[in-house]
Amino acid sequence: MNVPSQIITLLFGIGLTLVSLWYGYNHHLLPLAASKEAVLIDDLFNVMMVISTGIFVLVQGAILFVAFRYKREEGDETDAKYVHGNIPLEIVWTAIPSVIVLALSLYSFDIYEQIGGLNPMDHSSHQGVHQEISNKKQKMLPSGIQEAAVMDGEMPGMVMPLAADDSAVAVNVTGLQFAWLFNYVGTEVTSGELHLPVGRDILLNITAMDVLHAFWVPEFRIKQDAVPGRTIPIRISPTVEGTYSLICAELCGAYHGVMRSEVIVQSERDYNIWLNEQVVAMKEQNHNADSQNPVSTVALYPELLSDTEYLAPYAKKLGVTVEHLQAIQAQQQS
Amino acid sequence: MTTLTQLSNDTNPGGDRPKPEWRKYFGFSHDHKVIGIQYLVTSFFFYLIGGALAAAVRTELATPASDFVSPELYNSLFTLHGTVMIFLWIVPSTAGFINYLVPLMIGAQDMAFPRLNAIAFWMLPPSGLLLMSSFFVGPASAGWTSYPPLSTMGPVAGELIWILSVLLLGTSSILGAINFIVTIWKMRVPQMGWNDMPLFCWASLATGILALVSTPVLAGALILLSFDLVVGTSFFNPTGGGDPIVYQHMFWFYSHPAVYIMILPVFGMISDIIPVHSRKAIFGYRAIAYSSIAICFLGLIVWAHHMFTSGTPPWLRMFFMFATMVIAVPTGIKVFSWVATMWGGKIQLNSAMLFAMGFVSMFVIGGISGVMLAAVPFDIHVHDTYFVVAHFHYVLFGGSVFGLYAGMYHWFPKITGRMLNEKLGKIHFALNFIGFNLTFLPMHKLGLDGMNRRIAEYDPKYATINMICSIGTLLLAVSTVPFLINAIRSWFWGDRAPANPWNGLTLEWTVSSPPPVENFAVAPIPACHPYAYGKRPASMLNPPLTPPPEPIST
Repeated sequence: MNVPSQIITLLFGIGLTLVSLWYGYNHHLLPLAASKEAVLIDDLFNVMMVISTGIFVLVQGAILFVAFRYKREEGDETDAKYVHGNIPLEIVWTAIPSVIVLALSLYSFDIYEQIGGLNPMDHSSHQGVHQEISNKKQKMLPSGIQEAAVMDGEMPGMVMPLAADDSAVAVNVTGLQFAWLFNYVGTEVTSGELHLPVGRDILLNITAMDVLHAFWVPEFRIKQDAVPGRTIPIRISPTVEGTYSLICAELCGAYHGVMRSEVIVQSERDYNIWLNEQVVAMKEQNHNADSQNPVSTVALYPELLSDTEYLAPYAKKLGVTVEHLQAIQAQQQS
Repeated sequence: MTTLTQLSNDTNPGGDRPKPEWRKYFGFSHDHKVIGIQYLVTSFFFYLIGGALAAAVRTELATPASDFVSPELYNSLFTLHGTVMIFLWIVPSTAGFINYLVPLMIGAQDMAFPRLNAIAFWMLPPSGLLLMSSFFVGPASAGWTSYPPLSTMGPVAGELIWILSVLLLGTSSILGAINFIVTIWKMRVPQMGWNDMPLFCWASLATGILALVSTPVLAGALILLSFDLVVGTSFFNPTGGGDPIVYQHMFWFYSHPAVYIMILPVFGMISDIIPVHSRKAIFGYRAIAYSSIAICFLGLIVWAHHMFTSGTPPWLRMFFMFATMVIAVPTGIKVFSWVATMWGGKIQLNSAMLFAMGFVSMFVIGGISGVMLAAVPFDIHVHDTYFVVAHFHYVLFGGSVFGLYAGMYHWFPKITGRMLNEKLGKIHFALNFIGFNLTFLPMHKLGLDGMNRRIAEYDPKYATINMICSIGTLLLAVSTVPFLINAIRSWFWGDRAPANPWNGLTLEWTVSSPPPVENFAVAPIPACHPYAYGKRPASMLNPPLTPPPEPIST
């Protein structure tokens, strides 16, 4: 066989490219992508995997090759041929990595912009509404959190919590040793698990009460440290219904490993049902705690709900399920 | 003084010596060679302690439940593991090599400030013992990063001991750095210009500059933290108007360069080991030399990439992303140059060379994952996960520790005057290489899949991979045994080493093994460039003419 070395190099290059592309898109290393952001970040990761596989195979292959090809023969005490460098080659292996990192930086920048990292607050123009709601919120929160919130207000450089605008669901997320609390902005609902409607923009205002925590949902590929004294907004858009783990990713004490909550991404309808149940439950709690206060068990935005959804909390109390109500409704209509 | 008792086994270079000969290793010696050995042996002792802590951590993580130690103790274990490995093993052992080798390589009789050098070393054993003593009072448990407010809310005594210990070690590092810079700058033989220096000296110079610039900022952060801890100030405490993020900036302003403080000298060692065992000139001397300086500069402006998910403004994240990625360029230049050096060489695959090649191979993986981590959107997913744990162990274990082992196999004959056993060395390499990859390669998958760091208990779905990692750790622990046997046995009874067993060209190989106290009787004149393999002058052909191969000591 007398194949010219250029052809061998070319074939090697094509083979390396194919292997890199194949592995870069078939690595199965990441969990389910359950948000718009996750899909974008996975694209970036796949591109980096393609480049990495190429560099990995090239360098490791070269190391293995020289170990066998240029092994010193027994008893050979002479030096190898004197070569001190090769300027064009050195320029090539300086230029190629430079181009790669420049391109990766620009691509990362673009992805970061698309996931809203550069300006998570750009939808929050309703400052007036927000102030009103956050005042209301402070009244209704459990005392511990209320104190924390008041304390927050005095912090220098603090980002004000953001309210829901027309499109986004806003939730105030508070980390504390060793649990997460979720306060739905615009309601008095405070919950230990995070329910989110699928396909909506979610605005999370993340803070902590005691030490640093970090909000992380691997399926969303989004992480944000929760810093006491600061409220940091992030945006996510869940796209796949399901139950995911919310993991605390910043060391927060002895039981850091068990600080998890559930994130339940559900249809808009199920989400509203759940939220209304919580609204009612919260009212009742307040009622029981303070009977002086006349209770209004009316949902906060009744006009947004269908009858079934509106009645669901009451129905639940009576032992009637949503399915029963729907059956009755169907009978009446027929 | 348990450390010192322990040392006696290792530092006694030959039982046939008169007593005062070995006693100098326990005293306030000004000889850079004695200090270098003191550094190396002491830091290896702490490596074993750090390794024991790691083994305890991996034992806990072998199963998903928290069943081996209490969660509080678990947090202390990984806190001290990180602290010991960084401040008591990698940094001081590179300082040991710099101390031992730099004066020999540049033809000097000693370091510029011998007493300062001894003081710098003698801060090490007390601060190490101090740190260990914290086990009696409840050790620090907020991670080696010691982020407030958590670090100011745990056991006060343990945290304070941690702060004092790291302050002492930082001071030692600063004193060492001044010495390295001045020695390399001022004490080269007149014939040795900047571009005639061995590359290890370039790397040591860059290391010294980094340590000198960045360590004082860590000291500042720790002093403020100790005020918060002990006297109730609120520098970093949000309830009193402080800001915990400021601590993170100050901490990482040191602790990112610290990675380069730990890896640059090893880069230098590899640049000197590979040409010797390949019998070939280093490829692109100037590119390797100047890339050390470039890394030194860039290393100072990338610290906030550790804070992409904390409270840093988005535009700042973009700057630090770009700066971090740019470091891949000078680092890539080094890696490609090493491979090109071996290409066409006459490679002797002995233990030193195997570890050096293992270093290049493993460091490439750490470098690749490093570029990935620099990309902000991806880092947001894997920050504080096992992906990061895998990444920095590929840099600091696959990188620094493999390189340190390469250095030990390469310079052991020079330091002790005895040859190491090659067979045990190769067993050590094989066990170490397999154990290391078994421990850390699967961690990439764990992190990507959603396992966070610093947790004592985890989701049972990660149990299988964690078990594999723990088995790898067992193998790593076992791999240390052949090395210890080899080092101790060879130090006492190994074959006598000639002055230049590898036929190297740098100046340390022109003196006897071990070198005489004054290093060079007269200032040496380098016969050729340190990497002139293939055109070495007749005077440097085997056997070397000066000085006689007969060891002067013994």
